[in-house]
Amino acid sequence: MQWETVIGLEIHAQLATRSKIFSGASTAYGADANTQACIIDLGFPGVLPVLNEAAVDMALKFGIAVNSEIASRSVFARKNYFYPDLPKGYQISQFELPIVGKGSISIDLEEGSQKVIGITRAHLEEDAGKSLHEDFHGMSGIDLNRTGTPLLEIVSEPDMRSIKEAVAYARKIHQLVVYLGICDGNMQEGSFRVDANISIRPLGQEAFGTRTELKNINSFRFMERALNYELERQIDLMEGGGEVVQETRLYDADRDETRSMRSKEEANDYRYFPDPDLLPVEISEERLQRARQAMPELPDQKRQRFETEYRLSSADALTLTQSRALADYFELVVATGADAKMTANWVTVELAGALNKAGLDLSQSPVRPKQLGGLLQRIADNTISGKLAKQVFEAIWNGEGDADSVIEAKGLKQITDSGEIEKIIDEVIAANPKQVEQFRAGKDKLLGFFVGQVMKQTQGKANPGQVNEILLAKLKG
Amino acid sequence: MHSKSIAELGAAMRAGEFTSVELTRHFIDRIDRLNGELNALITATPEQALAEAEAADRAIQSGKAGPLTGIPLVQKDIFCTRGVKTSCGSRMLDNFVSPYDATVVERLKQAGAVSLGKANMDEFAMGSSNETSYYGPVRNPWDRGRVPGGSSGGSAAAVAARLAAAATGTDTGGSIRQPAALCGITGLKPTYGRVSRYGMIAFASSLDQAGPMTRSAEDAALMLQAMAGFDPKDSTCADQAVPDYSAMLNDSLQGLKIGLPREYFYEGLDSDVTASIEEAIDLYKQLGAEVVEISLPNSGLAVPTYYVVAPAECSSNLSRFDGVRFGYRCDDPKDLEDLYKRTRGEGFGAEVKRRILIGTYALSAGYYDAYYLKAQKTRHLISDDFKHAFETVDVIMGPTAPTPAFALGEKVDDPVTMYLNDIYTIATNLAGLPGISIPVRAVDGLPVGLQIIGNYFNEGKLLNAAHRYQSETDWHRQIPEGFA
Repeated sequence: MQWETVIGLEIHAQLATRSKIFSGASTAYGADANTQACIIDLGFPGVLPVLNEAAVDMALKFGIAVNSEIASRSVFARKNYFYPDLPKGYQISQFELPIVGKGSISIDLEEGSQKVIGITRAHLEEDAGKSLHEDFHGMSGIDLNRTGTPLLEIVSEPDMRSIKEAVAYARKIHQLVVYLGICDGNMQEGSFRVDANISIRPLGQEAFGTRTELKNINSFRFMERALNYELERQIDLMEGGGEVVQETRLYDADRDETRSMRSKEEANDYRYFPDPDLLPVEISEERLQRARQAMPELPDQKRQRFETEYRLSSADALTLTQSRALADYFELVVATGADAKMTANWVTVELAGALNKAGLDLSQSPVRPKQLGGLLQRIADNTISGKLAKQVFEAIWNGEGDADSVIEAKGLKQITDSGEIEKIIDEVIAANPKQVEQFRAGKDKLLGFFVGQVMKQTQGKANPGQVNEILLAKLKG
Repeated sequence: MHSKSIAELGAAMRAGEFTSVELTRHFIDRIDRLNGELNALITATPEQALAEAEAADRAIQSGKAGPLTGIPLVQKDIFCTRGVKTSCGSRMLDNFVSPYDATVVERLKQAGAVSLGKANMDEFAMGSSNETSYYGPVRNPWDRGRVPGGSSGGSAAAVAARLAAAATGTDTGGSIRQPAALCGITGLKPTYGRVSRYGMIAFASSLDQAGPMTRSAEDAALMLQAMAGFDPKDSTCADQAVPDYSAMLNDSLQGLKIGLPREYFYEGLDSDVTASIEEAIDLYKQLGAEVVEISLPNSGLAVPTYYVVAPAECSSNLSRFDGVRFGYRCDDPKDLEDLYKRTRGEGFGAEVKRRILIGTYALSAGYYDAYYLKAQKTRHLISDDFKHAFETVDVIMGPTAPTPAFALGEKVDDPVTMYLNDIYTIATNLAGLPGISIPVRAVDGLPVGLQIIGNYFNEGKLLNAAHRYQSETDWHRQIPEGFA
């Protein structure tokens, strides 16, 4: 039997507001337990929520970026359930009327084609606290610092047909929210959490199979592994004559398996109803207009612009627009007057390689865009050869100064004086009569030998183009 | 001293006849002597009161006194008061000392008022007789065998018995007006959003509203002036200017159009109460008002609508009382579920549990549309009735409660009969309108309340109409025997 995989994702992106969604407490990560929870977060008697408009603005940005219908009126609702890390006994979320309605985003598939994934909705809600079940000697600890942190829950359509597509979609959303500056994207710290709904059906069947929901996925790598495990588990079940049960399953990264957390029967009745403490969120046409005008360039737009404006290959444009920081770096280098194509190569190969090797982030790069630009210009104007440029790059990396001072200090300036090159070539030809004879007899590949000899004599500083040209003329002479 | 109005007390203190400390001592002494038989206060705070009185005296001496400076009040125990036990009439919060002040408390403090303590109330404001309080029932000063009404029964009894110059109350379905009627005082429920709900322990968030409970409309105007106004901490609080209520008190009633809803003068209304209300309305006619009969055809839906909406909201609002962070926690819980079940089972009283159950049911999957959603629709119909009425009349008048105070224990086992006590007050909460209850002719020595309902933010008009009546009558000056 051939099975088709169907996947839909629910992504919780923590919004990068300074204070919480309904209180003035800080959202900074990593503070001592329960030091960033005020009486509103703690759900004290009598307290009331007041909406943080910055969270609304961020939701608008996302909605605009995925071409969604923005609700002119959305409503906060209470999702009621008891848990110790949920102080009020309800979570304020959006249920029937979310702020961001239907939208879509296109993902890049491996073979170079694109696929549009539908976004059902995205809604604002508050995060719960954390229950800590270790280190408390049979008791549980509660840390309410995270309580009330704004979340944007982004729900996709069940449009993904493979694990690769699901990962590509999750990465795309991740890239987008970081681009928009609305989420720091840190999966380890839980700023970007993915829940995956997965089911299988016989290829060709229209009806969906029974799905399971996977939770606790905190990296893209784990996401792939969790989905792989679950996919195989479901196929084994079905092929063994069993049935998939609708349930929530937890991914255990240490054991690389998923296990049942709660079944549909145990699911809560959340008794959603509109929160009477909060007014509906009304988005005026003016506010939406302002939000549209304030939109940064999106990854796909930037990529297209890079292709047309800089005449980059689509592969280079894609790589350079992976992150806003990388794209900005590229453009800063180009702004110094460097050739775009050459810049793309240097940024994606040399710089990326060096950063990777050193385990550094682009923001920590010892080579500043202006310095790289200076180096590339010296290649372009033939001051140094491409080969020596790597040496210069290393020196800049090591803090030895800008391209010009390194070239000067190391005497790496390229020899472009054709008289001088000719002189050296004459010497090389004179010193190797046998090879000259062989070349003239038709052994063309000996040209490389002569070039090598010239470069050896000049410590690689001779301009390779000129060397080739003059050598050929003289040898064929 | 205790029989003077707020305005008279303020004038006397500013004239140096007595100090706020003397006045406060006088009320503390009355509370010591008389509260035992009424049980109107859960917590008395004499030391804090005297400290506030001293500060008030300094303000009076330096000429910085406002109308409430040095005036001793009691706060309903639903308002969070920093450093003072805030029980909400429940075992659940018997050990709860609030770390902050409610906006109402803060504003009254800023206005220089002195807080004598916290008034008894029905548990979590759920009740019409003050019999659901964990601290025991409050007794009606007019007849100690009778209830004071609820849920602000402690506030009403304290003001009626002159244990304080005034009190704060809250009204979700009649909890200011009905006890005001049963205790013979003036109680105003403002428009929803007129007074901040921040720090007021929520019962039903879309209905709850704080207001003054006083001996007269004149005093209520002074109290409301301090309590009302926009509060950025409450998203449902109206950002609307607060008019000068006192300045409107003496406006002429010539041409005032009074609507009498025929649905309010029907079955179930005590005939003596009817006679008192009609007598009061006759006086309004003499004052130049014009009376017309109107209809509020959906009045019959008010009680059932209320008993879906209010319990639904309360079932969610009271979820935070789980024994985890504050308040009551059961002994030695076996596990989490045991902690929840026993904490809430032991911490809440029967009426609170009944309403949580009703509300949980109404919000449950499969019942939501039939109950909660339906109730939202009938709520609209009720609001529309008033909207139509106010196209032709300025105010609506009728009884506050169907009978005078009933006996303690009389209805406690019959919740539906108890709920019907709020039949005339509930609709205004559902519509968000302001309403005031003022004492009119008593029946067999028991007070009767006239309710005046106004259009949104027309508190000034209500106070004006109430004050003009009180300028012609002295029902509001009556003091129950033993408290003079």
